[in-house]
Amino acid sequence: MVDAALQTPSIARGASRRSALRRALRRKSTIAFLMTLPLILLVALLVLYPALYSLHLATLNKSMERFVGFGNFLFLFKRETFWMVVQQSCIFAITAVIFKALIGFIVAHFVHNIPSKGQRKWRGMLLVPWVIPPAMSCLAWLWLFDPSYSAFNWILDRLSIAAVPWTGDANWARFSVILVNVWIGAPFFMIMYLAALKSVPEQLYEAAAIDGANWWQRMWYVTLPMMRNIMAITALFSLIVTFANFDIVRILTAGGPVDRTHVFATWAFRVGIEGGDLPLGASVSLFMVPILTVAAIFILRDIHRRASEMS
Amino acid sequence: MTVASLATDAATARRSRYGSISRDRRWALRWSYFFLTVFAIFFLMPPVYMLITSLKTSQEISAATDPWWVHNPTLGNYIELLTSPTYLAFFRNSALVSVIVVVITMLISVPAAFALSRMRFWGSATLATGVFLTYLIPETLLFIPLFKMFALVNEYTGIQLINRWWVLLLLYPTLTVPFCTWIMIGYFASIPKELDEAALMDGANYRQILTRVFIPVALPGLIAATIFAFTVSWAQFLYPLAFTTSADQLVLPVGIVTSLIKGDVFNWGQIMTGALLGAAPPLIIYAFLMDYYIAGLTAGATKG
Amino acid sequence: MAQVSLRKLFKRFDDTEAVRGIDLEIADKEFVVLVGPSGCGKTTTLRMIAGLEEVSAGEIAVDGEVVNDVPPKDRDMAMVFQNYALYPHMTVYENMSFGLRLKRYPKDEIARRVQEAARILDITELLDRKPRQLSGGQRQRVAMGRAIVRNPKVFLFDEPLSNLDAKLRVQMRTEIKRVHQKVRTTTVYVTHDQVEAMTLADRVVVMNRGRIEQIGAPNELYHAPKTRFVAGFIGSPAMNLLPCRLEEDDRGLRVRLSEELALPVPPAHAARYRSHVGGAGLTFGLRPEHLTENKSNGGSPLGMIDAHIEVAEPLGMETLVFFRINGLDVCGRVSPNAGAREGARMRLCASLDNMHLIDDATGAVL
Repeated sequence: MVDAALQTPSIARGASRRSALRRALRRKSTIAFLMTLPLILLVALLVLYPALYSLHLATLNKSMERFVGFGNFLFLFKRETFWMVVQQSCIFAITAVIFKALIGFIVAHFVHNIPSKGQRKWRGMLLVPWVIPPAMSCLAWLWLFDPSYSAFNWILDRLSIAAVPWTGDANWARFSVILVNVWIGAPFFMIMYLAALKSVPEQLYEAAAIDGANWWQRMWYVTLPMMRNIMAITALFSLIVTFANFDIVRILTAGGPVDRTHVFATWAFRVGIEGGDLPLGASVSLFMVPILTVAAIFILRDIHRRASEMS
Repeated sequence: MTVASLATDAATARRSRYGSISRDRRWALRWSYFFLTVFAIFFLMPPVYMLITSLKTSQEISAATDPWWVHNPTLGNYIELLTSPTYLAFFRNSALVSVIVVVITMLISVPAAFALSRMRFWGSATLATGVFLTYLIPETLLFIPLFKMFALVNEYTGIQLINRWWVLLLLYPTLTVPFCTWIMIGYFASIPKELDEAALMDGANYRQILTRVFIPVALPGLIAATIFAFTVSWAQFLYPLAFTTSADQLVLPVGIVTSLIKGDVFNWGQIMTGALLGAAPPLIIYAFLMDYYIAGLTAGATKG
Repeated sequence: MAQVSLRKLFKRFDDTEAVRGIDLEIADKEFVVLVGPSGCGKTTTLRMIAGLEEVSAGEIAVDGEVVNDVPPKDRDMAMVFQNYALYPHMTVYENMSFGLRLKRYPKDEIARRVQEAARILDITELLDRKPRQLSGGQRQRVAMGRAIVRNPKVFLFDEPLSNLDAKLRVQMRTEIKRVHQKVRTTTVYVTHDQVEAMTLADRVVVMNRGRIEQIGAPNELYHAPKTRFVAGFIGSPAMNLLPCRLEEDDRGLRVRLSEELALPVPPAHAARYRSHVGGAGLTFGLRPEHLTENKSNGGSPLGMIDAHIEVAEPLGMETLVFFRINGLDVCGRVSPNAGAREGARMRLCASLDNMHLIDDATGAVL
């Protein structure tokens, strides 16, 4: 009882103080909120809403007047092209990412090995494929693969090897698409891995050397574990980006020959915009979502794990 | 090779004085340079080929004597393109769009990054991760619903959003803002909190802290983010392909691909010239600001 | 006039209480040092005074006005941070003038104040340099210059010397004291180093676990500690604290430290201690400098201790000797030529006028 009586006057004072405080707090929060508002609006209106809207779109018929539920999806399931697209998208993405990671890792090691003065030069040269807009470099590759004038075939001819139908034959076309994908993306992996390599403390290698490890053991027990996080995040990122890639296939093969190189993005474009059937196109695009979500979950888990490891 | 010399190798490699590097080390270096050269040839060959082709006349190209060397170099292709109004229009559109998008991006990203990294408010952590995740939603998923949405806007309000180059000003930021915000959050977070507190004690309000302390100190991050936004905008292909069709509305990547390829006759000399010129701005920025460029890339992942 | 009052100050972080009830009155122009181990709440208290932390309960008043809701920039206080917090992109001149430029002071006024502060701190030739070109001590002085220039009501120092090497620390300590004599602004200084506290303060506030243990002038804290914590914290090397029992026989009161060793209690203290005779839970406290080699010293009762020296640390002007009583380490200070060596046996006398007796249950010095 006495406590309560003693407390009330201070509570009264405290209450008015608290509401003044709350006003101050609110001011800071409102400013902060206003500062992030454009970002939130941008993302909400032009990213989240369209993503959800595509779900709705996919349930309409071609002229977008009738609701057809899963009709579009069932239609796609029955088309052979659709399953080819699924297969091609997955194979391209996985193969390309594996090779990009491999080449990036190897090249990063070589760059890391040379004296640091030269590293900058080499790094600069090797990143060029990434800097050039993909559309432009695809044109160069298109020209390099040209059926009649291919510079590669010219070299092969000089070596008495038969000319290769880089974009004409289905399997070669697939190879070409993956090749260009790797060409563009490997430098990115190299840069990331180089940064990760540099962040491994030199002392760990010295300790391993003193413990008697050879280069392979040093790689396995020191380098790879320390780089694990970067490797995982880069690979996942690249998987998503490669999976959803549009430019390369579109310019190089336009999906051909005979739809053998179509991926989700290009086929959705063909069907949706060129074919004028937006709902069907939306349905095609939506099939990317499950795979992207799985990748996103792995990325999130990795970020959280890293954040808790750091703290 | 004893363990002791292994350790010295590591030390001498770091100091890299050729005189004192052992034989093993020198061979390792030679192999490194060899492979690096191989890869460099692989990576640089297409742009070099673009240059070679761009200096050839159509006759030389069709003669197909030696694709890897120019016998009669000519600047004809360059002159033709640089005086062609269509091509210049592409260039102008690209430049306009890219620069304006960069400005829009920075205006949105920087305050948002400041608020998210410094001013703790309800949901700020979720928002930051959420922003990052939206970067993972590819444009290839969004372009169809956006197309329909813009068509609907046209129906209801008469504002023509399809086939206008300034539509891209709405779309490109969705690609640049999330990542730029992420970069800036990383840079802002690395500024010690005591700096804010010192500024607070000196009498600054939040706006002044942002403009007079954070932005100058985080300038490298700002430059890196700007470069990223510019390069992404300049290289965009899908959105402009879907949303702009008339020749005078096209940006460079789409323009070259669609306009220069007329029917079955490909004027490869011009196409390569056009492509090279189109790749020039990002390459030039890269050549001069390489460190910022790379910092922008790695900041996203390693600061994660 | 800048008088600061802290009344019943509390600070709660989620579920820990960093500051639990601080009452402190700081007079105008006074140099008060908050000292204590890490986690005692001294920095939190300082930051509450600055306005960088919100007060959970209690009041902070400057010149009689409660400032709990006043934002830091309006409190007219300046702070020197542990890591200096200099703006890396500004020159020293710009760093020091930043606060004034924000308030739009006229240019010549700014120049005058900066030059004056630079003169006091002896950094005039550094005005055009950037922080990264300065050494630790120079940066510290610039940080102080930034505070002085604003001519605030209160200076707040947050462990400013912790990042400097030992020699520089001693130098800067003197600088800070000199500046205070010249500028005469109320100062609240936080440190974990009790030597800094003793040398700089007008009054020292010893804090432990969010509460104030004792407030007083340095000498008062040294010679008349009120709690066990203060007794053990102030003074280096620390006071010897040994559990003991109080005995009484016909010769008077004695402090029994072990089976073999009991020291006589001087009559001056005996009166205070009489009530605790026979009880358990007492600690005997004696500073090392009062445990020294045998000197002929008539008058005050001296206790003799036969010590088997385990470790001797020669410091030049004296030698610290470490030995054991009842298995516990004891430290004494002897003259450098008293022959103290490892393994030697020495007769040490304790000047028991300076003894303290601590009640273990309450932690209070009797």
